[in-house]
Amino acid sequence: MPYLPTIGLETHVQLNTQTKIWCGCKVDSSSEPNTNICPVCMGYPGSLPVLNAEAVRKTVQTGLLLGCKIGLRSKHDRKSYFYPDMPKNYQITQFDEPLCLGGSLEIEVNGKKKVVQINRIHLEEDVGKSTHLRGASGVDYNRAGTPLMEIVTEPDLHSEDEAFAYLTALKRILEYGGVSHCNLERGNIRCDVNVSVAEEGSEVLGTKAEIKNMNTFRGVHRAAAYEIKRQIRALETGTPLIQETRRWEDDQGVTTSMRSKEDAHDYRYFPDPDLAVIRLTEAQVEAWRADLPELPEAKRKRFMSELGLPEYDAGVLVADVEVAHYFETVVAATEGNAKAASNWVMTEVMRVLSESGESASRFKISAAALGKLILMVEKKTINNSKAKEVFSVMLEEGGEPETIVKEKGWVQVSDSSALEGFVTQVIAENPSVVDDYRGGKGAALQFLMGQVMKLSRGKANPKMVLELLKEMLA
Amino acid sequence: MSILAQQNLRELQALLESGACSSRDIVTSVAEQIQTVDGDIHAYLEADTEAALVEADAADARRAQGEKGPLLGIPVAIKDLLNVKGQSCRCASKLLEGFVSPYDATSVAKLRQAGAIPFGRVNMDEFAMGASTEHSAYGVTRNPWNLEHVSGGSSGGSAAAVAAHTAIVSLGSDTGGSVRQPASFCGCVGLKPSYGRVSRYGLTAFASSLDQVGVLSKTVADAADTLSVVAGHDPRDTTSDPIGVPDYAAALGEDLKGMKIGIAEEFFGEGVDPEVAASVRKAIDHCVSLGAEPVAVQFPHLKYAVSIYYILAPAEASVNLSRFDGIRYGNRVEADDPVSMMCKTRDAHLGDEVKRRILLGTYVLSSGYYDAYYVKALKARALIKQDFDKVYEQCDVLMSPVAPTTAYKIGAGAQDPLAMYLGDICTIPSNLSGGCGLSVPCGFSQAGLPIGLQILGPAFAEERILRAGHAFEQSTDWHLKQPGSFS
Ligand SMILES: [Zn+2]
Repeated sequence: MPYLPTIGLETHVQLNTQTKIWCGCKVDSSSEPNTNICPVCMGYPGSLPVLNAEAVRKTVQTGLLLGCKIGLRSKHDRKSYFYPDMPKNYQITQFDEPLCLGGSLEIEVNGKKKVVQINRIHLEEDVGKSTHLRGASGVDYNRAGTPLMEIVTEPDLHSEDEAFAYLTALKRILEYGGVSHCNLERGNIRCDVNVSVAEEGSEVLGTKAEIKNMNTFRGVHRAAAYEIKRQIRALETGTPLIQETRRWEDDQGVTTSMRSKEDAHDYRYFPDPDLAVIRLTEAQVEAWRADLPELPEAKRKRFMSELGLPEYDAGVLVADVEVAHYFETVVAATEGNAKAASNWVMTEVMRVLSESGESASRFKISAAALGKLILMVEKKTINNSKAKEVFSVMLEEGGEPETIVKEKGWVQVSDSSALEGFVTQVIAENPSVVDDYRGGKGAALQFLMGQVMKLSRGKANPKMVLELLKEMLA
Repeated sequence: MSILAQQNLRELQALLESGACSSRDIVTSVAEQIQTVDGDIHAYLEADTEAALVEADAADARRAQGEKGPLLGIPVAIKDLLNVKGQSCRCASKLLEGFVSPYDATSVAKLRQAGAIPFGRVNMDEFAMGASTEHSAYGVTRNPWNLEHVSGGSSGGSAAAVAAHTAIVSLGSDTGGSVRQPASFCGCVGLKPSYGRVSRYGLTAFASSLDQVGVLSKTVADAADTLSVVAGHDPRDTTSDPIGVPDYAAALGEDLKGMKIGIAEEFFGEGVDPEVAASVRKAIDHCVSLGAEPVAVQFPHLKYAVSIYYILAPAEASVNLSRFDGIRYGNRVEADDPVSMMCKTRDAHLGDEVKRRILLGTYVLSSGYYDAYYVKALKARALIKQDFDKVYEQCDVLMSPVAPTTAYKIGAGAQDPLAMYLGDICTIPSNLSGGCGLSVPCGFSQAGLPIGLQILGPAFAEERILRAGHAFEQSTDWHLKQPGSFS
């Protein structure tokens, strides 16, 4: 009997706002424990929440990027459960009137495209972080009150590969939207995975298990794969499945039961009386829409149509939003020489980035400086191979390309009388090679060319040298 | 000549202005009065005289610099649920024993800005849940008019302190009558401003959609002056209203001529003590004799007010109080794991009345009961508001008793929480609607206990109720009567 697995994802995304969702405390996970806290995010008696408008904008913009319908009226509710990492023992979240409804995201798995339906996006607060110290427990509340977006899909994914592709595509949108730092190691994106399996063609979904709090996409992939297999085995052997919450044990590669539906919390949602209903106007939403950053697909098309890049180049450059931004800045600094900029970014820049693992926004050579370097090649101030040396110097020692070229005396020799001198000398010193060339050996020209470059200590304008050689040997 | 502590706010202001006394003198006098009488009353949980004297000197220095203001140099007693930086804020609960607040409530910050001195933590029912101050974990506050009787609640400490002249004015809070009822029981003035008039930031929440910081004072003018200091929009409280704060003192000058006073018979129904009803009707007649016009109005949904309140208030409270778990502050009972630690802490350190309301609130919010109780109560709340809207189409203010009875004997209500809840029937509606309300002394029972007249007004119509209350007060002498042992 064939089985169809169904997966739904609830993805929690920390927004990259300056301050927390209800108070003025800094959002910064790298600080010493319990340094970014105040009476509000610590749940002190009498403190009250005030909604961070930036968090609303970023959530709505995410909704717009995912094609959601924006709720012009939405509200916050309290979700009750007792846990030490939750300062108030209730979480302020959005229950039945979220900021964004509906929406979708296109993914591609094994060359096949598919549209994943999104159910909703709501805005809530993150909780603190429990740690277990020797003989005691501790809680760091720096994270408590970080604005958290929960993006919920429909049960629309049917394999671990689709789940993985969805998360990858979502991350790219979030990066492009500039709404989250998307640092998985820092827990910026965390995921609950709902998995069920039913017989193929069945009208109803199978009994679902929810795997809580996954913080890597690889982990989601492995856990979903394991869970699908586990459930299929259970169905095949007639073992009853129960609706439950499960935990992924990464080192063992298995999921284990945390609690069944019978122990499920009654969260006792009710509207938070401390917060006013959020009312957005069409005009506000439209202003935010107009302010949306360009998405990868649109950017790729524009790189092709406006900048005249080949499809391959455009695809490579938009894959990482920071690389795309870097590239565009380089283009601007090269007076629009997009192809040269693309060559440099795709080869030299991306090679260094992939070796060091850093992001393009922190690349040692500024886009403006690289642009100047490319311009120097275009204007024949230096030749390409010298330019690569300048690039290395900039990478190691920093500095402006003009200064480096001047200091090193690398200005290209394009003066034809000087070049004629080099060429005449090389022809005179290599009679046999000249004969070979005249005898029809094309490769001999390359040798002569190399000799001229050597004589000029790499500064000769190669194009002019080639022309001169051909002319003088004709 | 009586001692300074026996003067009202305006009298003291005049004395300060003329240089006849200093803020230090006033604080000293209040501290002495506390020393003399609070052993019997027990309005104060704490009063740091030394710290208050330092602030009094600072206020005197400000005055010497030419500064003026209605509260400059005046000590204000603070109900134990308002945060004052560096002072304890126990909410009269064992659970918050040892808790020292790291911040000022906005209302307290405004007091300080005006040069007032937050002096002393006054008693209340634990977390403001109760109407007699018998539910304080730190002992009952007795009624200055008869020590065998309750002071009312939950702001019983605030009211008793003002009545016993151990405070000039006091900040309290009113969720269902917690300022007005103790004012009525203790024979002082109690003002509950409109919801959103005074910031709730720093007011430990009981029921967030009903709570409002209020004022207890010796005269209506004192209440108006204090309100003018603490009122106003606060960016830290999104439920505080951006509407401007009018000149309340100016409103006091006008008389009652042409003011339409609504009288709804529902407020004089079953359970209202005939002595109370008679005093209140007499007070209304007196207002009419001053030129006001009586208008008979209807309040058909009053009978539901108590039920609505005792669904909504515990629902909100049950969640508001979740934060008191012994983890981050307050008293803690150790246990092997955090969850049992929270359970044991709450079990050991919360009082019965608080537990009763948490249970009630948890129940009405539970899945399966939410629609039947909480949602229905919200709908009924809208009907109460509608009753008020209709009433205020016909009149300017509504007058009624504050409480159905005078202060009862300590222990009398303990057996029957429901009877105690019913005592809130006249005060609850204005919390449900968000309007404002005032309690003004209007007589005494045969037994010598004070009776209060309630004057209700629509949201942000404080000027109206203050004007009516002031005119009534100034033409009667009820507010001048002093409890026997302290006059
Ligand atoms: Zn904070």
